[in-house]
Amino acid sequence: MTSGPAGTTVDTEAPAAYLERYGRMLLIRLFETEMQRLFLKGEVHGTTHLCAGQEAVPVGVCSALEPGDWLAGTYRGHGHALAKGTDPDALIAEMLGRATGVCGGRAGSMNVIDVEHGLVGCFGIVGGSIAAATGAALAAKREGRVSVAMFGDGATNQGYFHECLNFAKVFALPAVFVCENNFYGEFTPMQNVTAGQDIAARAGAFGIPSNTVDGNDAWAVRDAALEAVARARSGGGPTLLECQTYRHYGHSKSDPAPYRPPEEVERWLARDPLTLARTRLLESGVSELDIAEVEDATRARMDRAVGAALAAPYPDPETERGTEFAP
Amino acid sequence: MTSGELEFRVAIREAIIEEMERDPSVVFFGEDVAAEQGGVFAVTPGVQERVGAERVFDTPISELALSGAAFGAAVAGLRPIIEIMFGDFMGLAMDSLVNQSAKYWYLSNEQRSVPLVVRSAVGGGGRFGAIHSQTHATWFQGIPGLKIAFPSSPAEAKGLLKGAIRDDNPVIFLEHKRLYSVKGPAPGAGEDVIPLGTARIARPGQDLTIVSAGKGVADALAAAGRLAGEGVEAEVVDLRTLRPLDLDTVLESVARTNRVLAVEEGPRTGGWASGLLGVVAEQGLHDLDDAWLLATGELPIPYSPTLEDAFIPGEAAIASSVRERAGLAVS
Repeated sequence: MTSGPAGTTVDTEAPAAYLERYGRMLLIRLFETEMQRLFLKGEVHGTTHLCAGQEAVPVGVCSALEPGDWLAGTYRGHGHALAKGTDPDALIAEMLGRATGVCGGRAGSMNVIDVEHGLVGCFGIVGGSIAAATGAALAAKREGRVSVAMFGDGATNQGYFHECLNFAKVFALPAVFVCENNFYGEFTPMQNVTAGQDIAARAGAFGIPSNTVDGNDAWAVRDAALEAVARARSGGGPTLLECQTYRHYGHSKSDPAPYRPPEEVERWLARDPLTLARTRLLESGVSELDIAEVEDATRARMDRAVGAALAAPYPDPETERGTEFAP
Repeated sequence: MTSGELEFRVAIREAIIEEMERDPSVVFFGEDVAAEQGGVFAVTPGVQERVGAERVFDTPISELALSGAAFGAAVAGLRPIIEIMFGDFMGLAMDSLVNQSAKYWYLSNEQRSVPLVVRSAVGGGGRFGAIHSQTHATWFQGIPGLKIAFPSSPAEAKGLLKGAIRDDNPVIFLEHKRLYSVKGPAPGAGEDVIPLGTARIARPGQDLTIVSAGKGVADALAAAGRLAGEGVEAEVVDLRTLRPLDLDTVLESVARTNRVLAVEEGPRTGGWASGLLGVVAEQGLHDLDDAWLLATGELPIPYSPTLEDAFIPGEAAIASSVRERAGLAVS
């Protein structure tokens, strides 16, 4: 990205990056498909919250970040981790409770932490990611880094949202608050429980700039994120991005989502972020052959990751008990 | 104040300043901590002037944001000290501390720990009423990954706070309101950092062991002074940290005295004292002739001076409890 005329930014990205971004989105989709399959086989335990359908948001946001920037994700966080750079082998192994997992099998689906790749963590309590990212922004400010909070529409009714937006603005923290508005908080329609029904508008009360974005369009997300990240890094303080999107599955593994009208589901499925991205690639002059090559490589990558995880050992409770405190 | 004497609130202030001057990654924020008065208990006046507004600052009245920000900042490389003004307000800060900070080291497979300190004023006796007088330590007693420090004197306050700031784990740090104006000897050279996790014998004695923490230790020492005049020599164990609990020091003391009284300013049910006596029974039953605890009733802390004074076990209550315990062998 370079500075353009009249304060605008010009995205100088090459088509190779387009292809990389599509591949990353596909990796997340395949990951979630595998999660669903492995859950039904009894290999994934407890519960899972799949993000299929929402891939464009984390991939678009993370394409605007630099290594060293922080991101805090949610319990619907597999896409957050993979977009931030977490190794798919280590992530799938974590889901399967294996010793080779990114957290050694201690964390599971809802609590993934990957400090090496700037993932503060995934937070199992709604709104927790907002606070974690706000805190990371305090540290990031010293180093010219940026900190991103991912959260859902439900989190915007938590105290964390209001307190942390205020806190971040008061101290001009380099934070980007990214709401993945998938229009349902668990089983409840967002509009039934959200006063004002306009999440982006809530930023106005704090004097925080905001943007409502098509969250199924990775390019639109990236453009909005580039602007927000540039503002944060240059000392301009936080931004709220409301990325409107839709989950293809229910809230969690036990939820077939009967509360969603079929015509609504159809409408959103017709705007699948992967289909939109693929079309965008072709329109940008990327060849069908190059796309197919990435698709094949991504499928092979995911197959390898699943195979390795299924073959990996479980942690041994005798030797891998862990310690309560850091020394 | 005479030379070499230290006031409790000044001990806290000195610990913060000295550690911040030693380590640039330490930051300190909270409600009114940087204000000229240095908070409602005048603990931190002048700290911001000394260390700078970049690292010491006032926050909104916003405990969720405060505690959450401390957690995230600690993960990302800072060492925050935050003040949650009254311990009672910790109800608002629980998620970041219990669900995030405490579990991070373990859940992350030891990728990173969360070095932060949460200071709060606690305890009754100040006529602050039920919701500004609690001792919140036991709310956190059963949370693996948290440390809980509760100093009993100015020298202990300075040493334990410095130890807490240098500790790589999240620490809940309790400051009893009725100790802030207490003066005592300053720590000696080279003795001003106390690593967390080791109790101390605050007073040796052979007839019984009184175990407490925070202001309870000061009360136990005063009671022991009275009892000494009556021929009873009480050993006083200052736990210093309620988590981790230094059971070895307690068990060794009980092995010598065979009697143990635990004094807690908080309800009997679910407190650290009942837990401690349980473990003493489990691991030291053969040494025990008697074990009992002195705690508060199962009620909120009342406001009226007559009610509050009767509610909280202090020096007189400890001394009379020891006297009344029938069968106490006096050597």
